[in-house]
Amino acid sequence: MIRLENLTKAFDTPAGTVIAADRINLEVGGGEICVLLGPSGCGKTTTLKMINRLIEPTSGKIYIDGKDTDRQDPVELRRTIGYVIQQIGLFPNMTVEENICVVPKLLGWDLDKARERASELLATINLEPALFLKRYPKELSGGQQQRVGVARALAADPPVLLMDEPFGAIDPINREVIQDEFLKMHRRLKKTVMFVSHDIDEAVKMADKVAIFRAGKLEQFASPDEILAHPANTFIADFVGTDRTLKRLRLIRVGDALEPRAPTLVDNDSVERVRELMREHGQKIMVVVDAVGRPQGYLDRDVVASRPGTAADHRAALPATVRVDDDLRTAVSRMFMHDVRWMACVDRDGVFAGFVSQRGITRLLGETYRDPTKRAN
Amino acid sequence: MRSARLGQGVFAAIVLAAFLVGVFAQRGGLVDSIVKYRGDIVFLTQQHMQLVAISGGLAIAVGVPLGLWLSRPVMRGAAESIMQALNLGSTIPTLAVLALAMSLLGIGVVPAIFGLWVSSLLPIVRNTYAGMLGVPVYLVEAANGMGMRPMQILQAVEVPNALYVIFAGIRTALAINVGTAPLAFLIGGGGLGELIFTGIDLNEPGMMLAGALPTALLAVLVDFLVGVLAFWVVPRGVNPLR
Repeated sequence: MIRLENLTKAFDTPAGTVIAADRINLEVGGGEICVLLGPSGCGKTTTLKMINRLIEPTSGKIYIDGKDTDRQDPVELRRTIGYVIQQIGLFPNMTVEENICVVPKLLGWDLDKARERASELLATINLEPALFLKRYPKELSGGQQQRVGVARALAADPPVLLMDEPFGAIDPINREVIQDEFLKMHRRLKKTVMFVSHDIDEAVKMADKVAIFRAGKLEQFASPDEILAHPANTFIADFVGTDRTLKRLRLIRVGDALEPRAPTLVDNDSVERVRELMREHGQKIMVVVDAVGRPQGYLDRDVVASRPGTAADHRAALPATVRVDDDLRTAVSRMFMHDVRWMACVDRDGVFAGFVSQRGITRLLGETYRDPTKRAN
Repeated sequence: MRSARLGQGVFAAIVLAAFLVGVFAQRGGLVDSIVKYRGDIVFLTQQHMQLVAISGGLAIAVGVPLGLWLSRPVMRGAAESIMQALNLGSTIPTLAVLALAMSLLGIGVVPAIFGLWVSSLLPIVRNTYAGMLGVPVYLVEAANGMGMRPMQILQAVEVPNALYVIFAGIRTALAINVGTAPLAFLIGGGGLGELIFTGIDLNEPGMMLAGALPTALLAVLVDFLVGVLAFWVVPRGVNPLR
């Protein structure tokens, strides 16, 4: 848990005093990822660096897990906070193993224990320890270096992780991969993470909470969905973009937009039975599934209206399906691609789970705008 | 394949050239004079090496810490002007430095060592300083952010990353030192300069070469040894040679 209270930093420059951070108040719960977002020079990095006291605050308080960090020696404090920077900052004179062991050694760990930890961490970031422990940073690709950078920050198992645009220097494709890996790791390790970014998409993807900064002031502190749906002012609305509602698609899983589990048909159902079921459930379209429930095709009411036979005779192939744990962005993209307005969803085992429809998605996204307790924007 | 054949050709050419030089040396009486001055060569080479070792060692012992100190953040303001002053010092010819040293300290080994020390100090300070400034700021920031103390950062991050450049300075300084040491003879410091300058004065090329050749060999040897040392001492991750 990290709590900032009235955190302020004023720099004296030849041009006068500059307030880099102006009475910042925010609280990040344990295990949450908070992304500090804003244009360059907005104070987000200053705020981050005040947490591990690389920059001394002018005034205000910082509490980590309830403890006032003013009472700790800054150097000792930093050893209990993982720190990742954009340039990665792996020490080129040390091997991967030595790099990871830096903080454990500072903390006086037994060398064998530190080494064991290093190889354990390499394994969790998908780098074969036997292959990579003795390598030097220059012998790694950019993506591998960044993974090692994260591993190094986690070496002494700190409860808090500070990351200053950690994935900023990585090409877009690798960045997505590393972000996914990081999120997966985070779900397991549950660190409290403070993450500086200037990329709204990254923030939406990574954050539990987003803090948007402008000119040293914290403009809005809320969940990504809240920020996208209800930006507090025009600056934030502009910053998150005119397509902000589309960005919300990424935040919602298909499973959340699923329409109540629709009845299904099997191949042997006669057309009469199909018509009866459609009438009974008020469905125009029904999915045909196999013995274990995997979708095989669908039937349209118009098709079965006046023909004899069984469901198997008339079913049409499904143009596409989507998994319940995909995000809505994937679902909508696939709908557009196949020019359909609904799609069958399947669970992890490929079993039919329900429908997702354009109307359902629109309604779901619109809910928050109709809520009278929220301001309209 | 082609480069292998080329290599063989170059090797043959070197062998041939060495043979011709040998023939020339024998005909010119060089071999005879080296045999003749053998005792002097051994003694003076030792003296020469002593001059180099003491003055070079002192230059390293002073130059490296001085360069490190100048690179500290506290010195950021003053460092550049001090470096300028040192640069100015290095433009004074070594002979003049030796003459000045003699006028202050008299004749003998001490002023010679002092003069050589002054002339090899600068490359070491300059390279140490430049090497330290060349360590990326973000490495120091990362080290700071991980909770290393300033001395730990200096010893574990900054120096190892500057070491290659520091060694380059030491290499240059010692090469200059070996090559300049013959001048020490002029102020009574001894060394292989004795054979060289006496040979010149007596117009005796054999004697002169009996001093010049060991000096040249010594310079090459010292350069080589420092190179080998740098190869093994500079960590592999920051050593462009490994």
